[in-house]
Amino acid sequence: MILDLYNYWVVIFLMMSGFYTLIASNHLIKKIVGLNIFQSSVFMLYISMGKVAGGTAPIAAEGIDTYSNPLPHVLILTAIVVGIATTSLALALVIRIKESYDTVQENEILELDRISDEETQA
Amino acid sequence: MMLTPQDLILLALCIPLLTAFAIFFTNPWPNVREGFTLVGSVLLFFTVAALTPHILAGERPTLALAEILPGLEISFTVEPLGMIFALVAATLWPINSLYSIGYMRANNEHKQTRFYIFFAIALSSVMGIAFAGNLLSLFVFYEVLTLSTYPLVTHAGHEKARNAGRVYLGILISTSIGLLLPAVIWVWYVSGTTDFTPGGILEGHISGPLLTLLAALFVFGIGKAAVMPTHRWLPAAMVAPTPVSALLHAVAVVKAGVFSVVKVVAYIFGLDLLKTAPGIEWLLYIACFTVVVASIIALQQDNLKKRLAYSTISQLSYVVMGALILAPLSLIGASLHIAVHAFGKITLFFAAGSIYTASKKTNISQLAGIGRRMPWTMTAFTIGAISMIALPPAAGFLSKWYLLLGASQEQQYIAMGVIVLSTLLNAAYFVPVIYSAFLKPEDPNQLIEHKRDHKESPLPMVIALTMTAAATILLFLFPGLVYELAQAVGVPVS
Amino acid sequence: MINEHLPALQVVVPLLAAPICFLILNNRLSWLFASLVSWLCFAMAILLVMEVKDGAVLHYEFGGWAPPWGIEYSVDVLNAYVLLIVSGIAAVVFPYSWTSIQKEIPESHHRIYFTAMMLCLAGLLGMTITGDAFNLFVLLEISSLSSYTLISLGRDRRALTASFQYLIMGTIGATFILIGVGLLYALTGTLNMADLASKIPALEGSRTLQAAFAFLVVGFGLKLAMFPLHLWLPNAYAFAPSAVSAFIGSTATKVAIYALLRFLYTVFGADFSFNFMQVQWLLMPLAVASILFASMVAMFQDGIKRLLAYSSVAQIGYMLLGISLVNITGLTGTLLHLFNHALMKGGLFLTLGAIAYRVGDTRVKSIAGLGQAMPFTMGAFVVGALSLIGVPLTVGFISKWYLILATLEKGYWPLTVLIIISSLMAVVYTWRIIETAYFQERPANAPEVKEAPLSLLIPAWTLIAANLYFGINSRLSTDLATGAAKMLFGGSLL
Repeated sequence: MILDLYNYWVVIFLMMSGFYTLIASNHLIKKIVGLNIFQSSVFMLYISMGKVAGGTAPIAAEGIDTYSNPLPHVLILTAIVVGIATTSLALALVIRIKESYDTVQENEILELDRISDEETQA
Repeated sequence: MMLTPQDLILLALCIPLLTAFAIFFTNPWPNVREGFTLVGSVLLFFTVAALTPHILAGERPTLALAEILPGLEISFTVEPLGMIFALVAATLWPINSLYSIGYMRANNEHKQTRFYIFFAIALSSVMGIAFAGNLLSLFVFYEVLTLSTYPLVTHAGHEKARNAGRVYLGILISTSIGLLLPAVIWVWYVSGTTDFTPGGILEGHISGPLLTLLAALFVFGIGKAAVMPTHRWLPAAMVAPTPVSALLHAVAVVKAGVFSVVKVVAYIFGLDLLKTAPGIEWLLYIACFTVVVASIIALQQDNLKKRLAYSTISQLSYVVMGALILAPLSLIGASLHIAVHAFGKITLFFAAGSIYTASKKTNISQLAGIGRRMPWTMTAFTIGAISMIALPPAAGFLSKWYLLLGASQEQQYIAMGVIVLSTLLNAAYFVPVIYSAFLKPEDPNQLIEHKRDHKESPLPMVIALTMTAAATILLFLFPGLVYELAQAVGVPVS
Repeated sequence: MINEHLPALQVVVPLLAAPICFLILNNRLSWLFASLVSWLCFAMAILLVMEVKDGAVLHYEFGGWAPPWGIEYSVDVLNAYVLLIVSGIAAVVFPYSWTSIQKEIPESHHRIYFTAMMLCLAGLLGMTITGDAFNLFVLLEISSLSSYTLISLGRDRRALTASFQYLIMGTIGATFILIGVGLLYALTGTLNMADLASKIPALEGSRTLQAAFAFLVVGFGLKLAMFPLHLWLPNAYAFAPSAVSAFIGSTATKVAIYALLRFLYTVFGADFSFNFMQVQWLLMPLAVASILFASMVAMFQDGIKRLLAYSSVAQIGYMLLGISLVNITGLTGTLLHLFNHALMKGGLFLTLGAIAYRVGDTRVKSIAGLGQAMPFTMGAFVVGALSLIGVPLTVGFISKWYLILATLEKGYWPLTVLIIISSLMAVVYTWRIIETAYFQERPANAPEVKEAPLSLLIPAWTLIAANLYFGINSRLSTDLATGAAKMLFGGSLL
């Protein structure tokens, strides 16, 4: 019963590990990796949802009458593109951050911000 | 060309605003600028004066400007109480302008253009308050008045003035937004209107303790009426230049406060409805308390302007008392007192400013013998003081008389006692000033450097304070017009 | 003919214009083109509003594919109203941008700026107009990605980290929305909102439906900066270039609120959202917390942009509060506040941009004495601040009036008190700025500043004047908001 829904378990496992990486990591790149895993889990959710038991790829062919639902796949193609755009923008930001802070560790960046804050106050 | 009353209302609102514009653009030429102030103020006086016969004839001209929300308008209706208030303000503005010009120039005040501009805007909002046709319009102009007088209070710009400005704004804005606005919305919510109607609009909509609560929201929400404990802004505002104090105390701000209280009692609640509110007499007692305590504090002040400020607080609560005694006669007294106190108090402030300009003295203990150097100023001061104490032949006597009559009619013995007691206290804090000014010999050590041999202050100031002192006496001798208006306050037009 | 395609053109035009902005190699031409397109969008939004204001609904099928298979754009009063807000702000901010970014963004990035702004506009308009749940996600991401880019263009290096933080939080939010939409699709097999709406009532007990609801509420909560998911907002607004703060600050969160409303009312239905899921009891405490907390934090900010950002969080709290009251008046208040808050925050951020242009930064202490040096800029700021406080005759009053009436209708008077207290807090945090600007002298060693150029002043004053205009004549906004609120409740009153 529970195993029947194994695809959801995979999704939840991926989602949580991605989310954990995203929150717990101090390294900006690792955060992006976490974000990617998190997003991928949702892609999985959509793709597995479209699967119809015993169905094949949705290509009209002789002798086949059960197809998987193609729509979630199409949707997720779009979502993947969005995900790629997000990742590349995030990476570009990290490069800029590295250039101006000379670090990609979040705690060091916060420390640098605090120091410059105090300087402007003084 | 005949101007309809509606035109006159619009003119009364616009003339001060146009004056403000003119002042703004004539900044580089002080003489032209002052010319505009004087012309504007005199024009306003004639406009308001031209409205008076209409009101006496029983007309209640109405003008709707804009509909902010469905059923919620910015509109104006002129009725007798507003007419009294507008008349007082419009009469005193030209005189005050004359005085200001003398004062500001003699004391080399900075940023005079800003001063005159905000003065004019304040007058426009006073007209708005006086003619407001509903609570919302009243509230709007009430706030405009607060905001436009703020730069006048903080005029000096130094740390002390800014702090005073914070107290001023803090108390007035927080009471108005925190208490008055909810009261306005409450009235709208229960009755579906906020129009001022003789006899009130709340009958049948609200009763019992909630009615008392609503009345309390109004009395304390109208912080400009300075009923304790909302009075703190008034002494704080004393850092302002004297013409501003005169404006605040006599013409605009405090009168806007007590005017609003009387207006709300007469035109929103109605005397009869308010009589049914349980515990309403406690509001009256708070006003009584304010009268007495403020007088006692005034006794202890050595700074002349501070003493006058506390005197104002106590005099204002007379008006609030007059409204809350809930008798038609005391309502007349309250309406009269708005006018009477205005003339008396402005005279006193003019005198204080005149003393400061001529001698740089600010404290009562320094005033010994000054009456001989400044006879005009001190005579005017004496007349103002007599009016405050409420002795004939000054006008203060009239309003107090009606207050007493109303209180005895309603058997409010506490209120009667307070009126008598405060008269004594008034005498106690004014008579010594007059005594030392005229009868004590001058103390040479009290003369301040560079001012060893001063005479009267500049002529415009002397003219101004003589005029207001004369008006105080004339108002006693010929109270007909004001009395007639006061009688019609809160009475429906038949 | 062209009218028929208006709903599509509203999104397609800016979407196509975005790459063109980049391909036009001359910065100035790119700006002119972008401004023209923004005006065109505004004109289209006005036409759409005219068509639907009486309750008509326009449908547009993309590529001729009938819903629920194809993507459908549908325009009713609600989204026409939001389109008007978004495109109206864009039509002011785009022309403003040219001068503002000269000092804030290196010249090599100007075309990128216009491209990203155009994409952001297209995304926001698309989110508003689309009738397809998945399409909404895609357009949300278009607008989000472009706004991350825009924020990172800020001068301070902290703009980069702010943008990164926003990117992480925003992507989590968007992914939550994606999950919610996916679950809905799994349940119903459709993505069309109208179709979803017709299928959902049959599924009321479903766990999946509840999960989808929760994911969507949290996802939109992140995008609209619902407390405590607002952490990305203050930095993002504070470090973005001024024009970007103005644009995103007054549109992005509004569109997210629109989307939330669309899901709560149209897709899930008011009955499911409020009676079954009881979402109001989630929203109300969060709204109260954000109003109090954010107003408190705003009082202690040194940077004005950051202060306004926290004030935005508080204002979003008002909007959520209006939703959580679940009555027509409250919802009208929320919708009005979408409009009114866009006007006031847009205007305030634009004036801040003018200050940044002349002074270089916008810390509270840097603006000392600007009241004299930049009278028109600071005048605009004062009006905007009054509107933020909710003084009558400004738009801020209109929305607060509705919200307060809504709380009274429900009998939740502690919320009335809350709204009033938070207005007073707004007085505190705005007055600190005004006092510094007017009553403190500029430091002697500070460089001379001039009034801001007209190219900045005119757009800023346009929005500020709109604050006054719609505060005095609120017919347009109240009619649309009331119409939209009634439509959302769809006659099925709770």
